[in-house]
Amino acid sequence: MITIRNLHKAFSAQLRPLRGVDLDVADGTTLTVLGRSGSGKSVLLKSIVGLLEPDRGSIRVDDDEVVGADRALLLKIRRKVGYVFQNGALYDSLTVGENLSFPLEKVLKLGRDEIRERVHEYLGHVGLLDKINKMPSELSGGQRKRVGVARTIITEPRYLLYDEPTTGLDPQTAKDIAKLVVQLQEELKITSIVVTHDPYCLNIVADRVAFIDDGKVVFNGTKEESKESDIEFLREFFTAEVIS
Amino acid sequence: MLEYFRHLISEFGNYIFFIGRFFKSAVTPPFEVRQIIRHLDDLGAMSLPLIGIINFILGLILAMQSRPTMEKFGAVAFVPAMVTTSIVREIGPVITALIVAGRVGSGISAELASMKVSEQIDAMDASGVDPYDYLVTTRVIALLILMPVLTVYAEFVGIFGSYLAEFIAAGTTMKYYYGQVIDALYFSDFIPGIGKTIFFGFVIAIIGGYRGFNAGAGTEGVGKATTAAVVSASLWIILIDMILVKITVDFIGP
Repeated sequence: MITIRNLHKAFSAQLRPLRGVDLDVADGTTLTVLGRSGSGKSVLLKSIVGLLEPDRGSIRVDDDEVVGADRALLLKIRRKVGYVFQNGALYDSLTVGENLSFPLEKVLKLGRDEIRERVHEYLGHVGLLDKINKMPSELSGGQRKRVGVARTIITEPRYLLYDEPTTGLDPQTAKDIAKLVVQLQEELKITSIVVTHDPYCLNIVADRVAFIDDGKVVFNGTKEESKESDIEFLREFFTAEVIS
Repeated sequence: MLEYFRHLISEFGNYIFFIGRFFKSAVTPPFEVRQIIRHLDDLGAMSLPLIGIINFILGLILAMQSRPTMEKFGAVAFVPAMVTTSIVREIGPVITALIVAGRVGSGISAELASMKVSEQIDAMDASGVDPYDYLVTTRVIALLILMPVLTVYAEFVGIFGSYLAEFIAAGTTMKYYYGQVIDALYFSDFIPGIGKTIFFGFVIAIIGGYRGFNAGAGTEGVGKATTAAVVSASLWIILIDMILVKITVDFIGP
């Protein structure tokens, strides 16, 4: 379980994206985080995995406190929490296969045979086994995101954080990625937090929805509850033309 | 003005912290030996042609420039000794460092800055691999090893260039020229020249790494980081050279 309490993060006096965020993410669920651009959704995700240091507050992943954690504890937490970046963030100088084997070799320190086996297995999961020797620059946007997902799940984390997984993709590819998120949740029982602006994605992946406004979580409920919410942004989000 | 000084102090503190991380990282596992070897290959191969061409031409020019002046004093016989000493003590190390700053330092900065803006550094960090260890420490160690090697190579090529100028101007034989060179050079001439290249290599890689790691957003950030890396490294090379020459002259002798 991920528990966030009174989380604050400011970059300057004017730029204070998080001003007391409270959030619980139960095991086995997929929480979708919504909010206007610049509302601090990505800051929240990066804080959970320790890429940003919050000013105050608490983030607990199971029993481990992220805020103020030393490098050793952060490494332990990062083995449990995978992060899927917006554009895949694939290592440009490595092939697809090497991108996937990188964390296995460097972090899990697996043997060559086991690495090869896992790379094939997880590339198969995302349907890109035939791209194993391609460079990231030879892939489409959707393929890069799929490889990014595969590279993250290959270390078998218990939690997955997705930063706008469908942004910039055509509707069909976005739908495929969203289905992949659901498939992973069902097959691997991964607990996920998905930051998105995409109603398609939300409709497919979300168990619960949290809405961040003015630096705080102002709504946290089921997908159905969010459709009935008195928050205009949420209602408009669900009644967007693309959904109908 | 106050804001500028505050920025300078903050930048200085960040550099000290960045350098401190290197010394800690260099002696703490994991040691990325394969990555260091890869950089030795990449960075060395990247620099060899340019360093060779420029030092060859500089050796040639130096000999061509020196001959008429030395002739006036009836000291043409000292051209090999003078040119070679200049190359070994000063021109070889400094020119090589400036070329490496432009070629390799900018490359380090641009590559890391691109990785920063495309979130590859964050991705590495989030996966549990320390990006500093993997990306910066390996490059600094590679340059610490490479700089003396590249400098020795540059000096050999530069001396050959100066020989060629003398051969063209006066038909000097290779045996005579290199005999003069060997007579004029002492082991102590090499030590300060080669020694300071280690400092140059350190400065080039650290500044390239720092600028890349702290690049601003977008392609503009990459461009600015690259320019800043080359300008800062070139300036520091000249400053360090001045300090080390002073120390060498004062404590070791001319």
